[in-house]
Amino acid sequence: MDNQMNTSENLYGVGALFKDPNKIVKVVEKLVELGYKHWDVHSSYPLHGIPKRMRLKWSPLGYVALILGLTGTLTGLFLTWWTMSVDYPLTIGGKPWFSFPAFVPVLFELTVLLASVGTAIVMLFIIFKFPNNQHPLHDTEYINKVSVDHFGVFIEAKDELFELEKVKSLFNDFGADEIIEIAYDRNEVTFKPKVFDVKFISFLVVIAIITSSVAYLFNNKILYLPPFDFMLKQFRLGPQESSTFFADGFGMRKPPAGTVARNQEFYPFKNKPDEAGMKLVNPLLATQENLELGRNKFNTFCSPCHGWRGEGDSRLNGQFPNPPSLHSEKVRNWTDGRIYHVIMEGQNVMPSYASQLTEKERWAVILYIRSLQRALNAKQEDIQ
Amino acid sequence: MSSNIDYSIEPEVVEGQPKLNQINEAIAKPLETRPSWKYLVALGISSTMLLIGAVCLGFSFYYGIGLWGNNQPVGWAIPIVNFVFWVGIGHAGTLISAILFLFRQRWRTGISRFAEAMTIFAVITAGLFPLIHTGRPWLAGYLFPLPNQHRLWVNFTSPLIWDVFAVSTYLTVSFVFWYIGLIPDLAMLRDRTKSKIKKTIYSIFSLGWRHSNRHWHHYEMIYLILAGFATPLVLSVHTIVSFDFAVSILPGWHTTIFPPYFVAGAVFSGFAMVQNVLIVVRKIFNLEHIITLDTLEKMNKVMLATGMMVGYAYGMEFFIAWYSGNPLESFVFLNRAFGNYAWAYWIMVSCNVIFTQLFWFKKIRRNIVAMFIIGVLVNVGMWFERFVIVVTTLSRDFLPSSWDYYKPTLVDIGILLGSFGLFFTLVILFIRSLPVVSISEVKAVVKGSQPVHH
Ligand code: HEC
Repeated sequence: MDNQMNTSENLYGVGALFKDPNKIVKVVEKLVELGYKHWDVHSSYPLHGIPKRMRLKWSPLGYVALILGLTGTLTGLFLTWWTMSVDYPLTIGGKPWFSFPAFVPVLFELTVLLASVGTAIVMLFIIFKFPNNQHPLHDTEYINKVSVDHFGVFIEAKDELFELEKVKSLFNDFGADEIIEIAYDRNEVTFKPKVFDVKFISFLVVIAIITSSVAYLFNNKILYLPPFDFMLKQFRLGPQESSTFFADGFGMRKPPAGTVARNQEFYPFKNKPDEAGMKLVNPLLATQENLELGRNKFNTFCSPCHGWRGEGDSRLNGQFPNPPSLHSEKVRNWTDGRIYHVIMEGQNVMPSYASQLTEKERWAVILYIRSLQRALNAKQEDIQ
Repeated sequence: MSSNIDYSIEPEVVEGQPKLNQINEAIAKPLETRPSWKYLVALGISSTMLLIGAVCLGFSFYYGIGLWGNNQPVGWAIPIVNFVFWVGIGHAGTLISAILFLFRQRWRTGISRFAEAMTIFAVITAGLFPLIHTGRPWLAGYLFPLPNQHRLWVNFTSPLIWDVFAVSTYLTVSFVFWYIGLIPDLAMLRDRTKSKIKKTIYSIFSLGWRHSNRHWHHYEMIYLILAGFATPLVLSVHTIVSFDFAVSILPGWHTTIFPPYFVAGAVFSGFAMVQNVLIVVRKIFNLEHIITLDTLEKMNKVMLATGMMVGYAYGMEFFIAWYSGNPLESFVFLNRAFGNYAWAYWIMVSCNVIFTQLFWFKKIRRNIVAMFIIGVLVNVGMWFERFVIVVTTLSRDFLPSSWDYYKPTLVDIGILLGSFGLFFTLVILFIRSLPVVSISEVKAVVKGSQPVHH
């Protein structure tokens, strides 16, 4: 309290402390009668009947709760209706999509949730304008005594009827145990709540950094550590993986002889490479999407032997004869149909990839090979 | 008994008419003194239990839930038993703080803060179990209707989702209720403390409350509103928990008596727990004049009443099993009482229905040791009630070839122990960090504290 400026223009108001709650009733009645506006009664617990005598307006919180509660109900109704019967309708137990009785529990909980939390927020932050630790009453003898065993009546200096001596003598008439003047102290006068405070902004920045790094760590690192990575470790074989189950050790299996898998068409150019080369035409256009597909499949199925760019630089370390480059005159002059034939039938030591790739994927791979060829042996016009 | 007793005068809630400042002193004392060795021992025990639970959980998540006793067909086992048990414990708190408030039962003032805190801690403990039960708790986000990459929503027709909503709403609303109640007390502590750090903390959390009657006016309104919402809420929560069972089609679960029966059971076990903890607290912190013997006696009466409701439900279930003429239903109930798990069933009946009858005697109702023991027994009994409901029904389902006997493993027991550890650690920490009795509420009911209006 030493930094108080006890001049009359900084006076916040005058408070009287009483030990007897009955005296409060009389003071309250008097103040109402005199028509004071900016005054208050302070007590560390609610005093029965005082708000009524202070002529306070009926608290609007009941209506607030009603409105917020109904908002909760409607939100719940919308949520359940929209998710269960519009966005992703699922028939469950033969019930209609919009099975209202089953939604009632959720509606009820949302009503209660919104009404109680919302009303509390409205009261604390809108009606009371909390948090407010800068109020002049804080840290004064007045409030310290009120919070133990005194009852206080306080009149603010900004009230139109306020006159220091008059108020003091009024309190004295009612037998106040103590009368205390309270002035604003320096930082209360100069204090202005600022949103763009350096401290506040740096607080926000720190929070943002922490949240985003935690989110990053969690989504990109932690979820890939055991035991969270259980989805990544699955008991299935990827392309090119070996298997201990089959005698030949191959993970990729060929269909049994004489069978054609579902959705796989019969290949009419068996053992007729040249005819295939003449008659088959690539049905796909070199769109971005087809090239992406082609690259994907080429990298998975062809690149282990033919190299990432089809240059014949196999990654098999001599375990398998190195294939020729796909950039040879020969292959560049082949038609798409001729390459298609190699994929279907294989060629010498290269096995068939017919069962690994669908028709569309084969053509897409060929498109990709073409683009590789074009990239490594660019024509004059490509450069321009 | 003389006939001219005036029943409109209530007995004093607080013994010995303490002065208002003495109330402040008494309640703030535990926060301002150094912890005694008893306190530290208690904290040590409970946190050890918590640690055991945490280690067991760590193992279960790392190696998988194969460490538990769950088998086919008993897929819901101890985690769900614990869940229902702990949610139930929470109910007493709301009953005391909200329902008794609406009924203007002034004796609740001494214990309401504590009971509310216990609600929150019990619901936190309970809420962990469904997550633990899934085995992969880090995927729990999918329990909420949040937009996700699969474009899937939760199934709002499922009782398990109702549960998610009920329990999380319950936790939030209880917390708000509790916090609103704490604000004036925190302000009082703020005005009282000399230490700078404490002052800052109390200032932040009391939000600048200044005991203004213009505020009390709204405050009393919101307290009424929150109590009004919490009352149906608490009933809904255990109702919905019972729906987890009742909405299924298994004999022994599919009964309409479940909601009221579960709610009564919840209040029953919750009161037993509150009573047990309060007995210890009032002893350690010398709050005997605020948490009075009368209050404890009243709690025992509530336990006697709810215990009999539970007993009635046990009987009624048997009656309906026979009366409905449904052979599966009657099999399940005979199996409960005389089958594999008869031991659990009889523990439940004796603890819940038989021993509580001792509360008919005033001597026992007012004897601290006796009521403490009965309170413990009630909680044992209520834990076994949930065990009986969950396990007996599942272990003997429709298809005899898939019957199996369920035995919890050491890890299961460790997790159960850990849940008690968590609960008691929170309670013990609470005792020394916040006022365990609502200062403002107690002051308001002390004799002579209210003005007399003419
Ligand atoms: C197991 C390793 C291997 C894989 C995988 C492989 N090839 Fe081959 N490929 C070869 C070998 C070896 C040759 C050379 C065969 C020969 O001696 O005629 C070859 C030859 C070719 C030829 C003919 C080249 C020429 O100059 O005669 C084409 C075209 C071809 N492969 C395309 C593909 C495509 C497309 C794929 C992916 C679907 C693929 N290959 C996957 C090993 C492989």
